[in-house]
Amino acid sequence: MSVTHSDAPEAPTSGPPKAGTPATEVADGAVTGGGVTGGAGVPHEVGRVDDVPPGEGRAFVAGDVQVAVFRLRDGSLHATQAACPHSGGPLADGQTDASVLVCPLHLYAFRWSDGACTGAAPPVRLFPVAERDGALVVTV
Amino acid sequence: MTAVLGGRPAGVSTLHFAMDDADGVDTRQRLVVVGNGMAGARVVEEVLERGGGEQFAITVFGEEPHGNYNRIMLSHVLAGEEHEDDIVLNSHDWYADQGVTLRAGVRIDRIDTHAKIVYAADGTTTAYDQLVLATGSRSFIPPMTGLYTADEQLLPGVFGFRTIDDTRAMLAAAAEHERAIVVGGGLLGLEAARALQGHGLQVEVVHAGTHLMNQQLDPDGGAILKNSVEALGIVVHLATRTTEAIGPDRVRGVVLADGRAVDADMLVIAAGIRPVTEVALLSGLEVERGIVVDDQLRTDDPDVYAVGECAQHRGELYGLVAPVWEQARVLADLLTGTDPDAEYHGSRTATKLKVAGVDVATMGVNRPERDTDEFLVISEPRRGVHLSVVVRDDKLIGATLLGDTRKVAFLTQAFDRGTPLPAERIKLLVDLSDGAAEVGVAELPGDSQVCNCNGVTKQALVDTVKAGTTSVGGCMDATRAGKGCGSCKLLVKQVVEWAADGDVTEDASANWYVPGIPLAKPELIAAIRDQQLRSVSAVFTALAPGGEEDAKSKMGLTSLLRLVWGAEYEQENDAKFINDRVHGNIQRDGTFSVVPQMKGGVTTPAQLRKIADVAEKYEVPMVKVTGGQRIDLLGVRKEDLPGMWADLGMPSGYAYGKSFRTVKTCVGTDFCRFGLGDSTQLGIDLETRFQGIESPAKIKMAVVGCPRNCAEAYVKDVGVVAVGNGRWEVYVGGAAGASVRKGDLLATVDSPAAVMELSGRFIQYYRENANWLERTYDFVPRVGLEQIRAVLLEGSAEVLAGLDAGLQRSIDAYTDPWGQDGAQPATPGQFRTALPLVDLPMVPVR
Repeated sequence: MSVTHSDAPEAPTSGPPKAGTPATEVADGAVTGGGVTGGAGVPHEVGRVDDVPPGEGRAFVAGDVQVAVFRLRDGSLHATQAACPHSGGPLADGQTDASVLVCPLHLYAFRWSDGACTGAAPPVRLFPVAERDGALVVTV
Repeated sequence: MTAVLGGRPAGVSTLHFAMDDADGVDTRQRLVVVGNGMAGARVVEEVLERGGGEQFAITVFGEEPHGNYNRIMLSHVLAGEEHEDDIVLNSHDWYADQGVTLRAGVRIDRIDTHAKIVYAADGTTTAYDQLVLATGSRSFIPPMTGLYTADEQLLPGVFGFRTIDDTRAMLAAAAEHERAIVVGGGLLGLEAARALQGHGLQVEVVHAGTHLMNQQLDPDGGAILKNSVEALGIVVHLATRTTEAIGPDRVRGVVLADGRAVDADMLVIAAGIRPVTEVALLSGLEVERGIVVDDQLRTDDPDVYAVGECAQHRGELYGLVAPVWEQARVLADLLTGTDPDAEYHGSRTATKLKVAGVDVATMGVNRPERDTDEFLVISEPRRGVHLSVVVRDDKLIGATLLGDTRKVAFLTQAFDRGTPLPAERIKLLVDLSDGAAEVGVAELPGDSQVCNCNGVTKQALVDTVKAGTTSVGGCMDATRAGKGCGSCKLLVKQVVEWAADGDVTEDASANWYVPGIPLAKPELIAAIRDQQLRSVSAVFTALAPGGEEDAKSKMGLTSLLRLVWGAEYEQENDAKFINDRVHGNIQRDGTFSVVPQMKGGVTTPAQLRKIADVAEKYEVPMVKVTGGQRIDLLGVRKEDLPGMWADLGMPSGYAYGKSFRTVKTCVGTDFCRFGLGDSTQLGIDLETRFQGIESPAKIKMAVVGCPRNCAEAYVKDVGVVAVGNGRWEVYVGGAAGASVRKGDLLATVDSPAAVMELSGRFIQYYRENANWLERTYDFVPRVGLEQIRAVLLEGSAEVLAGLDAGLQRSIDAYTDPWGQDGAQPATPGQFRTALPLVDLPMVPVR
């Protein structure tokens, strides 16, 4: 494979990120329900805020959980499970606004506020995400 | 009767003669309206609508302290179906806003027609130049022993039913009492009875006539209505009257003419109305049953007019609202000089009501009057249905529909217009064949009134629909149709559905180009141009409610901005759908498909070899020939896309966009024995010209060299067929997907250059006018082939030049996205994988 574009450093990460606490707990990539996970999670530095262009999403691994992180045009950050609960679509490729995330495959929309789908799909799981010195920290 | 006087403080009653102060002189004429009911207020509205605010200083006197309200709706307020606030037609604020002086709660006692002054009960006087009497009517109180107390007031527990104050008093009493007697079995009495029964009272109706609603119904119809009313649990006494109200402190019951006594603690008098004529009488105007007016609604004083229930025109008194509206229009035409020759010639009264839950529609006479009159009756007592028509000299002169008013639209037209009647008279009342129901609405003349309560014509509804309101609720809000008694709601719905041609929406947003911006496409384009909005975020900031972005609107806006601005569009990657961000079609497992451009479906061994090499190098799971005569590499990981493009060295085939896609061709004249034209080269040329142009939905084209149609041009968005002698047919609006539709022949032209020009103009016309995601097979029938032809074939040079320039702007803006983004990503991580981050194959490799 010949990678000609210049963002090789941001190419897929398959291992856990270097910073942050070792991911020994939580570790259930499986979707168990919607809503933000409780306070018992572990923070992981998954990348830089600048890795996510305004309005877009990018996928990361936090611990061993695949997450999609979004930076909205208003500057706010959101993180969800990476795969759509409906049929596994790549949520990081979805489109966003201040209220919802829209999956690219079948256009189901999920609310940032509680992860619920505005249509008939199951809810998406939300994770706390914050910026720390330019780094993206996702708590799973 | 509970007259309400002094409901407002007296301080408001300052007099305004012409202002002769230093600050200026009011040169307007003084128009005084006596009566603030539905007729008086309507006259004021009509006068203002004709610009009368400039001509007249208007003063309105109303005996009631309230603003103007919909008296027709009082029975609904009494029934608890409407709140009294919801029946207000014009509030005090409205009068203030319109610059109209409202003297609410001030009764006029007398007019000096020589001095042209009105005298109010509060002692004030007001001068006029033109005076309108709209004093309406009051409840008729039949003579009855014991009805009045010593001080000439109605016995406590006795109510008229005319005003909101009557209604409030009845509502209060209904909460405390158990038994009510309603005097009068007409429309108002039955509505009062039904409403009171709804409050849990035991109700009996005493009616002097031999059948209910004898003004409107024949005896048989009345008998059937009686069954329906009694089925509700209301007791009906016919052909008798109440001779005595049993007192003495408050009403305890009544005595009937046959001597029977009936207990009751409420007595409601709804035995008809009488015009209020005292003011006119005292002032020396001619009064018979009502105030006598001529065809210009003038009394015998040339500056005094009368309208509404108080007016007697050609011997007729009108108690329905529709004639009042007509009178108000004529009078406003005259007063303002809009039509100095306007005349009122009387109304043919047709009415449609809901009485005690039963639909009733009546017009004209209700029984034959001459030996030669035809009379057709359909009576179904068990179903509560009684229908009759009276025909004279082949014209409908009367109809009565009870319990089933489906035929009212057709009959109203026949009655109003004297339109021809079916030879089989039974068709007047019954649809003998199915599917004729809509015909009634379609044939209804534009100026026929659909909603009698609010005076809304069919045309007003149609205009509202044409102006873009295609929901029934939206039309009702806009016109107030159906907001009166509600009996016309079905008809309103039918008219709206008919006017919208079946395209009724539940939501105003259906007209919007995208859900997040409340504008239709033409207005949105205009706003984008006017405000120079070049990015999707700028559009949201400027045009979205609250400036809020909307995820599902972004893709459509991106497409529109590229249409409007071409190369000057400000790119924002987050506003694009993922396909347009990475220039490939996303697949079910999050991988993408890669389709190189292969113009006209013509390839070369070298291109095939290159594709084969690339497919092997990137381990492409599937290589497939597409329906569009190209080769598809499926299952490509996002991160591999730039590398593949670079290795392929071919432009994008745009197999992923809402854009021009491809041109299929047959082998035309080069090899085919039958070919009539060089379809292959024309297809390649078309694809070269239109490549990558974004559009409301995808555009698929084909060119065939003869009508054998091997490349399926008849079912393409734009299809071109060689027909010999250098001529080409251009078809538009075809489809062979979920919808199958043969394209419409737009034109036959005589050169490949003409095909390029015409198809380009069609594409641009479609781009500028189609709704977002509207394919040509919907667009062409919606707009109509004739319209498209008129623009593209007979349009002005200016319009055509505009289309050509718009298309050229987009052609000039074309860049191959693979070449561009492959070399330099548009955003950080543009081609980073989104899923899976660990290998999770979902589609097996073949």
